[in-house]
Amino acid sequence: MVQSALSPGAVGVIGAWPDVHTRAYRLMLLARILDDKFASLYRMGKIHGGVFLGRGQEALSVAIGLGLRQGDVFAPMIRDLAGRLAFGEPILDAVRTYLGSALGPMRGRDGNVHRGRPTAGLLPMISHLGAMIAVVNGALLAHRFKGLAGRVGVASVGDGATSTGSFHEAVNQAAVERLPLVLVVANNQYAYSTPNERQFACRSLLDKTAGYGLSGEAVDGTDLSACLEVVGRAIRQARAGAGPQMVVATLLRLCGHGEHDDAGYVDPALKASPIGRDCLKVAEQQLLENNWADASKLAAWRQEAARKVEGAVAKVQREPAPDPYQEDWCALASKHLAEGREEGQVT
Amino acid sequence: MSITYLDAIREAQARALAEDPRVFIYGQDVGGFGGAFKATKGLAQRFPGRVLDSPISEDAMVGLGIGAAIEGLRPIIELQFADFSALAFNQIVNQAATLHWRTNVPCPLTIRLPCGGTSGSGPFHSQSMEALYAHYPGLVVLTPATVEDAYSMLLEAVALDDPVIFCEHKYLYYHLKAERLPTEATPVGKARVARAGRDLTLVAYSAMVHEALAVAEELASEGTEIEVVDLRSVKPLDTDTVVASVARTGRLLCVGEAWPWGGVTAEVIARVASEGFGLLDAPPQRLNAKDTPVPYHPDLWAAHRPTARSIAAAARRVLRM
Repeated sequence: MVQSALSPGAVGVIGAWPDVHTRAYRLMLLARILDDKFASLYRMGKIHGGVFLGRGQEALSVAIGLGLRQGDVFAPMIRDLAGRLAFGEPILDAVRTYLGSALGPMRGRDGNVHRGRPTAGLLPMISHLGAMIAVVNGALLAHRFKGLAGRVGVASVGDGATSTGSFHEAVNQAAVERLPLVLVVANNQYAYSTPNERQFACRSLLDKTAGYGLSGEAVDGTDLSACLEVVGRAIRQARAGAGPQMVVATLLRLCGHGEHDDAGYVDPALKASPIGRDCLKVAEQQLLENNWADASKLAAWRQEAARKVEGAVAKVQREPAPDPYQEDWCALASKHLAEGREEGQVT
Repeated sequence: MSITYLDAIREAQARALAEDPRVFIYGQDVGGFGGAFKATKGLAQRFPGRVLDSPISEDAMVGLGIGAAIEGLRPIIELQFADFSALAFNQIVNQAATLHWRTNVPCPLTIRLPCGGTSGSGPFHSQSMEALYAHYPGLVVLTPATVEDAYSMLLEAVALDDPVIFCEHKYLYYHLKAERLPTEATPVGKARVARAGRDLTLVAYSAMVHEALAVAEELASEGTEIEVVDLRSVKPLDTDTVVASVARTGRLLCVGEAWPWGGVTAEVIARVASEGFGLLDAPPQRLNAKDTPVPYHPDLWAAHRPTARSIAAAARRVLRM
């Protein structure tokens, strides 16, 4: 197995609750500050293409990353920066991919959230929603063939993806094969501008578990404690051989679909309701109320996260862009089969 | 002892399963049933746990193959008919074909497609889709025309680190026979001069190679020597062998069972016209199926696709130009 490129120690060790909470909070904070930085760079015109943030989803996302271990597989959705960081993705991967550095994992060939390290279990998404779930299934089947026990795969999707044919086929497939898949569905109430009532007709997305033959649980996506508990339990159950699991989290997207979108269509009543709470603030409150951190600690953590982000951005902004004249312009691994004929080639 | 094209495909899979523990087969009805065409007959019994029945989910079947390939396995995904690969199209062209280019991690996946028409199959059990897949960067597209190539090219497909679309021709499954399996193989990417000639280069692939050979036989009795080139792989396409042949003959007719627009024949003509223009004594020509879905009725079907008769007529026209 390829040596993992992910940071060791960042994943899968659940210790004492205050420590877990603190760790989770700090990762959420880092994700939020980095996301804010991406938004700011976007508005300055420093990022080409789209920017997709995870604001409001950090609690659910970090719960995924902290529940996973090295050897597991994670197919994040577009709003999973916190989960990626918790799983061990280096912060430089995100910054390099967004800023188009030639040194990033995608080397400029793909951008923004379309990044990953497949051999380390972090799958780089394609844009077609639902398509990654079957890929996680395949990785899990491969583990089974190789006799690697005790591993799981998480596929993270939004409410929109649950309408796709790919989702349907893959979830059914996971259930038929009884794979250790954990499907985490973030229902943030909108798929771009489409509200739930135009997306699905069942009472709750959790109702699908009966249809597919999986176990599932709902969770308040704004509550870090609840997310850690429910996601953690789903992962543990899958790991223990209980078959595929589904978690449906309720939260509200606290940003546009992308930074190009002002999300003016979001119902103000939702924003004002409990599901509109900012999970980061809620987690902060929990730390303060339980005396697991005080205001000065929080401020120090915030400053440290900001320094990390600024440092990473400053470093990457000095890195080179990919050079089209250095590219081999060949999509095959088998170079001897490359046709080597370019348009305009005249003999 | 006689081996059919289908036997060769089954034998290649058996050998791959026996020699490489990373290989497994996944598809509808491939397990105990042995596959709709019996391409995996007996394999589930011989290799327990490695020949698995899938639900009817072409997207998820290919997606699963990609995930397993990322983890180092060598999946063979059997789709029941090439026509149904339309449902797997996204996973094939957007995920499998792009994985290596985007991440430097190879996707050693083989997708077997039963292609081409047989009488009575109709629009959705007859298609030849090689041009669609050849269009996308990152895929290898193979079109074996002989029993030997069905065997050796499938073995090479499994061994390649890239996703391979293996286009088997259903009509050849039971109709084409050989004495024995090959012990040597021409590598993927090289076309084969199936019959040497002098007066016309007739380029074909898959089942059309046999129609082309029949035409060459017929015209030989009239004193015309036609050179038949079997492309073997559509992507990569061995332009050099085709151009070298046109250098000898000066005339080109390319035949395909697929539709005209943007097909393999269009690609061959484009390459010869741009790279071998000075070699041509006549405009390059092509013959394809009619530009409609493949008809069901045998009389319509017989008129829809190129046959030895229509190819011979086209060849005579090119020779007179």
